[in-house]
Amino acid sequence: MTALSQLTAREALEALELGRISSMELTRACIQQIDRLEPGVHAFITRTSEQALSQALAADTLRAEARQSGQPVPPLLGLPLVVKDILALSGVRCTCGSRILEHFVPPYTATSVQRLLDAGVVVLGKTNTDEYAMGSSTENSAYGRTFNPWDMSRVPGGSSGGSAAAVAARMAPVALGTDTGGSVRQPAAYCGVTGIKPTYGRVSRYGLVAYGSSLDSVGAFGRTAEDAAMLFSAMAGYDPLDATSMDAPVPAIQLNGDANLKGLRVGVPREYFISGMQPEVENGVKQAVKQLAALGASVREVHLPHTEYALPVYYLIAPAEASANLARYDGIRFGERKDGEVMWDIFYRTRGAGFGPEVKRRIMLGTYALSAGYYDAYYGQAQKVRTLIKRDFENAFQSVDVIATPVAPTTAFRAGEHSNDPLAMYLEDVFTLPTNLAGVPGLAFPVGFDKAGLPIGMQLMGPHFREDVLFRAAHAYQQVTDWHKRVPALAQ
Amino acid sequence: MKLTLAEVEHIAQLARLELSAAEKELYRQQLSAILDYAARLQALDTSGIPPTASVLPPRSVLREDEPRPGLPIEEVLRNAAQIDDHQFRVPPVLE
Repeated sequence: MTALSQLTAREALEALELGRISSMELTRACIQQIDRLEPGVHAFITRTSEQALSQALAADTLRAEARQSGQPVPPLLGLPLVVKDILALSGVRCTCGSRILEHFVPPYTATSVQRLLDAGVVVLGKTNTDEYAMGSSTENSAYGRTFNPWDMSRVPGGSSGGSAAAVAARMAPVALGTDTGGSVRQPAAYCGVTGIKPTYGRVSRYGLVAYGSSLDSVGAFGRTAEDAAMLFSAMAGYDPLDATSMDAPVPAIQLNGDANLKGLRVGVPREYFISGMQPEVENGVKQAVKQLAALGASVREVHLPHTEYALPVYYLIAPAEASANLARYDGIRFGERKDGEVMWDIFYRTRGAGFGPEVKRRIMLGTYALSAGYYDAYYGQAQKVRTLIKRDFENAFQSVDVIATPVAPTTAFRAGEHSNDPLAMYLEDVFTLPTNLAGVPGLAFPVGFDKAGLPIGMQLMGPHFREDVLFRAAHAYQQVTDWHKRVPALAQ
Repeated sequence: MKLTLAEVEHIAQLARLELSAAEKELYRQQLSAILDYAARLQALDTSGIPPTASVLPPRSVLREDEPRPGLPIEEVLRNAAQIDDHQFRVPPVLE
């Protein structure tokens, strides 16, 4: 048998069900892999190995009891998971990659995490993130940067770079991330794993520390579409604790060995193949679209004419929402405090000392966009153009079921490459931002490698609440290709 | 779009952010560049286009106002820098 840490979630759950392995063995194998690789990769902010082993023991006990009694067990019983350190897990500190929350221990658990705990997962730790999920490289963390397992001189993408790197490095079969402008899909692409950003409102945001509330989505990573779908299915659905969560049925996602995509209509938008993008990325995605066609899908061109405006719209709306959301860090109720004579001094000093450069930049930008005299020209206009972007998708989905694009213009860039130019960093998100603005789901998965040996990612976008179509298409693709099976040399 | 130092200081004050002189100058330059980039939105004719209020279909999210248990007060206060007799402690609000 291959090393246990190399198993996909599906394979691991089958082996657990058959009694061929225990959750203790599986969890120990993951912990060993983390022990071995974490000093180099730095995927974690906080590890919870002791707790994980207790959960694994409890899972094994429950499975043994259920076997005796013939009772069914929770669907993910004994499966190891890592969680981005911006989702609350009661009793475990939640830093959001920020100094200001270095010692913050949430007294409650995020709904998404709780639903996975109820499904039986074992939590190995909290993963690194750009501070408050603001970034595209996981370099903006107060706890040091995460390294790309495929090439340690490169970034893993971000902001969920710790989760993506952990799954790529076989530290855990699956992971939770969050996606406000591409923060699941872009690191999935850079690390060669599969990542889903669900429809806005599909997965509860309760317990997700807020960044851009109209854009934030909880998503999942796996090494296959099937694994990401399992996680998605276990956490999707209405939650009374999140007023924006939708009371829409969550269809069972049935994925089998069938790789037939007959009847699927795939749209390819010209606007997502821009000058200046890496030719290998363009070719890789075009080849993958041909592969979908070879599986029976029909391919046609679609237009998303307002795509070029998504970036400026996002970088006004998201910082505006962030400037409001991050007003809560005042040093009074939680978080680090810098003292002062009067309360205003506490606010200024606490926030000046506690936030890192990118967070301050976005608070400043958002405050400006919302300030008197500039609101209409910036925030107000951005919200109107957002409507045009949303309509682009509604029109395109009249004639196609999914839209296929690159995830990012390039493969993983070098650490430090965009450190002094925020605008260049923002351009990394140019293909992932539109889905968040329109609230539609997006799925990223590997479709090749460039000459440097770095993974190339393709994105499939679908209409609201049609994650099932995205999973089905990516699963079919993964039945006939093996890009997703490649392992970084260090993780073998 | 070139922001002045005074504008940067005004925004920092609205956001209650203490910034060093170097940070102010850095953000003055970087925010100016980002706002220049964002200016392309002004060229779009959006007359008659409503702003996006929600990406999801409108629906009622009202529910019955029924009491339910909250978190224990000790848990809620545990993360505060200073507490006093089951309350958050702060210095004077007025100078």
